[in-house]
Amino acid sequence: MKPAPFGYADPTSLSEALTVLQSEGEGAKVMAGGQSLLPLLSMRLASPTTLVDINRVPDLDVVAVSDDGVRVGALVRHATLLHHAGAAAVQPLLARATANVAHPAIRNRGTTVGSIAHADPSGEMTSVLALTGGSVTVATPEGSSAVDWADFFVGPLETSVHGPAVVTEAFFPALPARTGTAFEEVSRRKGDYAVCGAGVTVTLDESSRVVSARASYISVGLVPEVHDLTEAVSGRTVDEADWSAAGDLARTLVDPDGDLHASADYRRLLVGVLTERTLARAAQEAQNR
Amino acid sequence: MSVSTERTISVTVNGVSRETTVPVRRLLSDALRHDLQLTGTHVGCEHGVCGACTVLVDGTPVRSCLVLAVQVDGKAVTTVEGLARDDGRGGEVLHPVQEAFRECHALQCGFCTPGFLMTMAAGLEARDRTTDITEDEVDEIVGGNLCRCTGYANIKKACRHAAGLMKDGDGA
Repeated sequence: MKPAPFGYADPTSLSEALTVLQSEGEGAKVMAGGQSLLPLLSMRLASPTTLVDINRVPDLDVVAVSDDGVRVGALVRHATLLHHAGAAAVQPLLARATANVAHPAIRNRGTTVGSIAHADPSGEMTSVLALTGGSVTVATPEGSSAVDWADFFVGPLETSVHGPAVVTEAFFPALPARTGTAFEEVSRRKGDYAVCGAGVTVTLDESSRVVSARASYISVGLVPEVHDLTEAVSGRTVDEADWSAAGDLARTLVDPDGDLHASADYRRLLVGVLTERTLARAAQEAQNR
Repeated sequence: MSVSTERTISVTVNGVSRETTVPVRRLLSDALRHDLQLTGTHVGCEHGVCGACTVLVDGTPVRSCLVLAVQVDGKAVTTVEGLARDDGRGGEVLHPVQEAFRECHALQCGFCTPGFLMTMAAGLEARDRTTDITEDEVDEIVGGNLCRCTGYANIKKACRHAAGLMKDGDGA
């Protein structure tokens, strides 16, 4: 349970980080919080030749809140985002989801952007990036560019970013008006990986009728997806809407895998239950926004 | 930018400046135990699940098995050995969480105890100490640590007891 030998560099600027990533080649791996990467190294599921630790790169620990949304730098810890009132006011899913990320000691060290770049289907923040229609900024020796969430996630633990690159920030767009959110997980132990989780948004019109209901699930499927459940509840008022019908629809849209902890059928059942519960809560909230 | 395989690091551990040379792949948990001979930090799962190796880095609880020793260069680390306070007469006064563990019989084999103590000390110091602790707060504080002996009832009791001891700025 010890990592295989590797070389270590802790650059003090982004350009230096990119230079060392380029010179070290394919075996080099970026490390931010390391809370997912170090277990992989210790279990020798990964054995990079060089770790490029970006913790000393300045200006990456910034949460920038504007009316458009929230920009989260690559060194912002989950714990910081969880307690950031300004970020929660613009996009409530950030605090709601980070509260479900592991335990306090892990959240103190793990980064939100790192967990997105890790692209684990059981990660909360990958799904939140998808549900909010967010993007990431990828810096390469050629310059920086924004990559939409849908073009970023390729498969489990795999993104479209290859070669020398650092994901420097994630952008979560602001929650639209008359929209409520909810986030809930079922896990075997508080803070464990979710057996199944759901993040949802519900948008109402001026007469409190549902115009949009969307969901994204945790530990379901290979990459984050956003499911439009509007047709099950469209045009209904918050009190009339049959949220269980939306749950039924969701169950037909997902394709979960089974594993040691839950069969595919059980996960599908949880998708229905969590969808019904979270949509009802989000709709109540939307009335007050 | 040089890529190294070995580094000399300076760390303040429990208030004492220490310097040691480590391979860069050395985990903080192993550096504490093997290089600095501080064996109070226990190593359970070595992949961040059990919480036994929790220490404070600059006052914040982290899993020492999920941090490289080179990453704490220049930082302050507190381990369970540094939890009790000097009483000014050559002895030590237990931290309120240690006092509460003894009072509530919150340990049996003791393997998980250092991790629980560090997590709980930091968690209780960070909360609003003018209020009574809630069950949700207790669950949040102890939820990241595994114990195979106690069934957690007495650990949670100790957490509530320590919160009481630390209320209104009492204790550490």
